[in-house]
Amino acid sequence: MTDNLISLMVLLPVALSAILAMTGQRAPGLSRGISLAGVAALLVTSLGLLLGGSGNTAQVIELGGWSAPFGIVLVFDRLSGLMLVLTSIVAMLALLYAVRRDEDSAGPHFHALFQAQLFGLNGAFLTGDLFNLFVFFEVLLLASYGLLLHGNGRKRTRAGFHYVVVNLIGSTLFLFAVGALYGTVGSLNLADISLKLPEVAPDAVPIVTTAIFLLFVVFLIKGAAFPLYLWLPGAYGYASIPVAALFAIMTKVGLYSVLRVDSVMLSGNTIGGLLETTALIAPWLLWLGLITLLLAALGVVAGRILRRQVAYLIVASVGTILIALGLVTGSERELAVSGALFYWIHTTVLSAGFFLLAGLLIRHRPEAGDAIEAAPPMPHAVLVGSLFFAYAIAMAGLPPLTGFFGKVMILAAAVESPLMAPIFAVVLISGLIMVIALARTGSRLFYQSQATPGHPAHSTPRDARTPLPGLTLSIAPLAIATVMVVGAQPLSEWLETTAVQITTPSDYLDAVMPNGILLPETAPGKFGQDYPDYEGGKH
Amino acid sequence: MTNLAISLLIGVLTGAGVYLVLRAQTFPVVLGLTLMSYGVNLFLFTMGRLHTAAPAVVGATERSADALPQALVLTAIVIAFAMTAFVIVLALKARAALGNDHVDGKHIPQADQVMDRRKEPRA
Repeated sequence: MTDNLISLMVLLPVALSAILAMTGQRAPGLSRGISLAGVAALLVTSLGLLLGGSGNTAQVIELGGWSAPFGIVLVFDRLSGLMLVLTSIVAMLALLYAVRRDEDSAGPHFHALFQAQLFGLNGAFLTGDLFNLFVFFEVLLLASYGLLLHGNGRKRTRAGFHYVVVNLIGSTLFLFAVGALYGTVGSLNLADISLKLPEVAPDAVPIVTTAIFLLFVVFLIKGAAFPLYLWLPGAYGYASIPVAALFAIMTKVGLYSVLRVDSVMLSGNTIGGLLETTALIAPWLLWLGLITLLLAALGVVAGRILRRQVAYLIVASVGTILIALGLVTGSERELAVSGALFYWIHTTVLSAGFFLLAGLLIRHRPEAGDAIEAAPPMPHAVLVGSLFFAYAIAMAGLPPLTGFFGKVMILAAAVESPLMAPIFAVVLISGLIMVIALARTGSRLFYQSQATPGHPAHSTPRDARTPLPGLTLSIAPLAIATVMVVGAQPLSEWLETTAVQITTPSDYLDAVMPNGILLPETAPGKFGQDYPDYEGGKH
Repeated sequence: MTNLAISLLIGVLTGAGVYLVLRAQTFPVVLGLTLMSYGVNLFLFTMGRLHTAAPAVVGATERSADALPQALVLTAIVIAFAMTAFVIVLALKARAALGNDHVDGKHIPQADQVMDRRKEPRA
């Protein structure tokens, strides 16, 4: 039963995508209904699976009945479940906003692309196979290219071209990495590679190591880490609002892959008995995270429109999570991972909500949109201003909202690190920079209102009757954040158990490869032993 | 010998691809992406090692080639083909929306001069 439900998370969106491609423009009402029902079903299913305890031990679904490593497996554990729930929440917010504000009719096939995007995301979060991960990356990227260009606009087209080219180069690198790993290790299954890495022939170790680093470069392109984040502010800053909100989960695919591959594939202690895997990637993540965070904070200051600032806030959150994932020594690892996951939930949901709030500004400040400059006051300026204030506090990491708790948990894990001083300095200073930038933005947007003929500088009673569709949707993420603060105790306990599951991957390995390494005698190219040279024409 | 030739081919394809991707016009960038995908497809294919007279069927002959890289490369070719089609359409759209084919949509004075020179009537 649960196996079928887990498969449903992947199958439902792809089936709906095909149906919606047909109904699309012909029956817009029907398409909206189907799309919304689909996302609601995904939300209910993923929450049910997670709360029902399905991921407490890793559950393996062997597609087509072929067991690993010969077939492709889907693996559902707590981390996958959490990602699926987050995807569904963000998708629900974005889709409701698109329908409510009629953004889905700005171009054809919005709903079909939206479901295709969810297919790619859910698949990437569930798969236990490297090449399958590549395929799901391509699915979600191709859908995201379509969504990014949804609606028109010169800046959007230019940013879209950059986004597409950067990601195509990333895909090429991914294939090089996957090919080199298969050619030397002889497997594509994450768990199988993990078991085989210590057995790699010594002369293949440099190739394997290069392939692994290349793999992480690809993940960090998708995850938008320094120095590969420059595509993000353009793409997210000029996408249509519901698409930008959905993209809040996209950088997390890269980070998820970093966490998953680092914790499962590199859990085999050594590569060919020569190179330790435990501290192979983490120091890089830590330093890249520190630089990313600092530069992103400066990007927030430099942003001239609110959407671009939010895009840089997303980059900042990537930096913060990378810092946490880079803390490896000893018991702090579990604390750091659980802190990172708490911050992860917070930043995904709230940055989606922040984009929706920026959408309100664009529609209701016809003179300036979400540009950070003075304009006549928008309707419900006090309410929208208060929401902005709440988002700014949460995203900059001030108490009492979730960003603060996430950062405290990460910093608590960093206390024992030898790099404690730079970590504290960068996290706190970048937080301060972001607070200053957002305070300036808020005062420009909501205090320096400018009177023009026909628009008095202060709100009039008529204001109250102006409808503001989509306002509740930008309140919902704050409600989720409040629930996270109120329920911080049980949530962080749950996340700590999840972190234990992630940092001790024996559960995952046993579930996928119950019999350890399986190798048929005729397997070509096993363990990186080279084949006899090409004997052209001798046969 | 063949190993060396294949390695050189992959290297040249990828190198030319990287060079073209770094150009400022969209058309060379698209060409570069295509060359890079050719390079990586060839690379993936050779990861099953090079054989002659070894079909990818176990038991048909004494030695059999690894079928998996062949399946992988097939998938990669299909995806790369779709992506190339998409990026060409996008480049055309960008050309129409931005009025030139610079990757940043920038105005290039040199290109204008060339165009002006062509437009000038011959004396």
